[in-house]
Amino acid sequence: MSDEKKPNRRDFIFTATAAVGAVGAGAAAWPLIDQMNPDASVKALASTEVDVSSLQPGQSVTVLWRGKPVFIKRRTENEINEARNVNISDLKHPEKDEDRAKNPEWLVMLGVCTHLGCVPLGDKGEYGGWFCPCHGSHYDTSGRIRKGPAPTNLEIPKYEFVNSNTIKIG
Amino acid sequence: MSDHNYTPSSKFGKWFNDRLPLLTLANHLTDYPTPKNLNYWWTFGGILTFCLITQIITGLVLAMHYIAHADLAFSSVEHIMRDVNYGWLIRYIHANGASMFFLAVYIHIFRSLFYGSYKAPREIIWILGIMIYLLMMAAAFMGYVLPWGQMSFWGATVITNLFSAIPLVGESITTWLWGGYSVDNPTLTRFFTLHYLIPFLILGLVVLHIWALHVPGNNNPVGIDIQKPSKDTVPFHPYIVIKDLFALLLFMIVFAFFVFYSPNILGHADNYIEANPLVTPAHIVPEWYLLPFYAILRSIPDKLLGVVAMLSAIFILAALPWLDTSKVRSAVFRPLYKQFYWILVIDVLILGYVGAMPAEGLYLLIARVATAYYFLHFLLILPILGKIEKTTPLPLSITSPVLGGSADLAMAKNIDVRKEKL
Repeated sequence: MSDEKKPNRRDFIFTATAAVGAVGAGAAAWPLIDQMNPDASVKALASTEVDVSSLQPGQSVTVLWRGKPVFIKRRTENEINEARNVNISDLKHPEKDEDRAKNPEWLVMLGVCTHLGCVPLGDKGEYGGWFCPCHGSHYDTSGRIRKGPAPTNLEIPKYEFVNSNTIKIG
Repeated sequence: MSDHNYTPSSKFGKWFNDRLPLLTLANHLTDYPTPKNLNYWWTFGGILTFCLITQIITGLVLAMHYIAHADLAFSSVEHIMRDVNYGWLIRYIHANGASMFFLAVYIHIFRSLFYGSYKAPREIIWILGIMIYLLMMAAAFMGYVLPWGQMSFWGATVITNLFSAIPLVGESITTWLWGGYSVDNPTLTRFFTLHYLIPFLILGLVVLHIWALHVPGNNNPVGIDIQKPSKDTVPFHPYIVIKDLFALLLFMIVFAFFVFYSPNILGHADNYIEANPLVTPAHIVPEWYLLPFYAILRSIPDKLLGVVAMLSAIFILAALPWLDTSKVRSAVFRPLYKQFYWILVIDVLILGYVGAMPAEGLYLLIARVATAYYFLHFLLILPILGKIEKTTPLPLSITSPVLGGSADLAMAKNIDVRKEKL
């Protein structure tokens, strides 16, 4: 036998069999993996409508959307000014308040800390916004991360004003 | 004594054993030569087996009454506590049994660390042990979620969110784990399924762990190999069996104290409030046995690095046989390692303490120092120590310090001579 073995027909059959087997095993495994992803009934609960007519400036309401809390805050003049008069370059995750709250009076965002998913507490923390009690993240009046382990600002979900009193989230 | 030429005495036994050599296995386990100097720290293997069996039996019974549904789980647990005959007892044994299991496993692990049981030729036993420990943590975490109280829900939220730290695919993985956009009913049902499965995986690994142990045999307090089986060992039965049973009895007194006198002291009052996705409890803490790792997670101010540090703290243990470069196993003969060992024990206890405290101010500072030291111990101190430490003379055999007294240096050769033999 020579040192350099030339691939023969048998080697080809082995490789081809293994390749087809691998594709087959992958195809068989996919349904077993994908069944754990959100199912049709979970996805169907994708939007929710909220009546915000009773909210006074400075008040906020927390509603449940897709199993997660959503903060709807009617901000005061002070809070809006505080959020807008921030030097963007000072921010860990630079975002303008104008981009986060299209209507400056209304801030709508997920009440889920971007660190490990706890619900931050309102009107707390060193920046007058939200404070997460779990691992100490401070958010400002625009829900932007200012201090602590959270990597990004509180997420803004897709929402719209259906009429002047109703917000549709999702 | 030898396994291979065992012949059952009865005719039926011989007929059966020729077809399935179970009696040969039983004979191996009873006659298994065990170092005769094993101390009580070696009884925790048996205690851990008891813990696993207890968890499986009580868990099986609880599963007959528990309902894995977000709307019903909490009340089904209260139903077990109030209505099911002896339900309170079975649940308290199961809940405190998890803590007792971890108490025993930590003693078992630290015994290995002290006597160098992870060193050649026992690396595979050690790695199998680390895998068992990882599965225990997974089982304990998922089990804690099942009562669907506030701590269950928010503990599950925080731990599953650890996966969102993975770059690019983190969010998709977290959604996949949840089966939704937050921890909810699909999460609960899959956790219940896995919580039921994992103990049997552990059982399988325990069989491998013991199998791997029976190849080189037990390590022992002086950490040297058996020279003459007839002099250095005793058969497992009855000597070790009786000693293990006595230790188990003492352990069960501690176990029973928790179950009957303070069944909730190791839990959290918040878990008697039903899960509420809108309110996070003011102070989230994991169970006591996960606190050191939780402290490491929180000590790093970056999300991804925090998760990486926490996981590394566990996985670094698997590399221990290669990080510890000393050829001498037992800390008894390593004057410097012995001191660093106890500093590590204190370090881990400190991490556990600050893990239970709020992550701010002085606590955060202490957590950072303790985290740094933890990694320093494994990555720097152990590799260097093996090179520079001057160890004290090893005894010639397991028997010689017993018969001649451990201080009898005339019985011992210089360490360098022994090293040549190794």
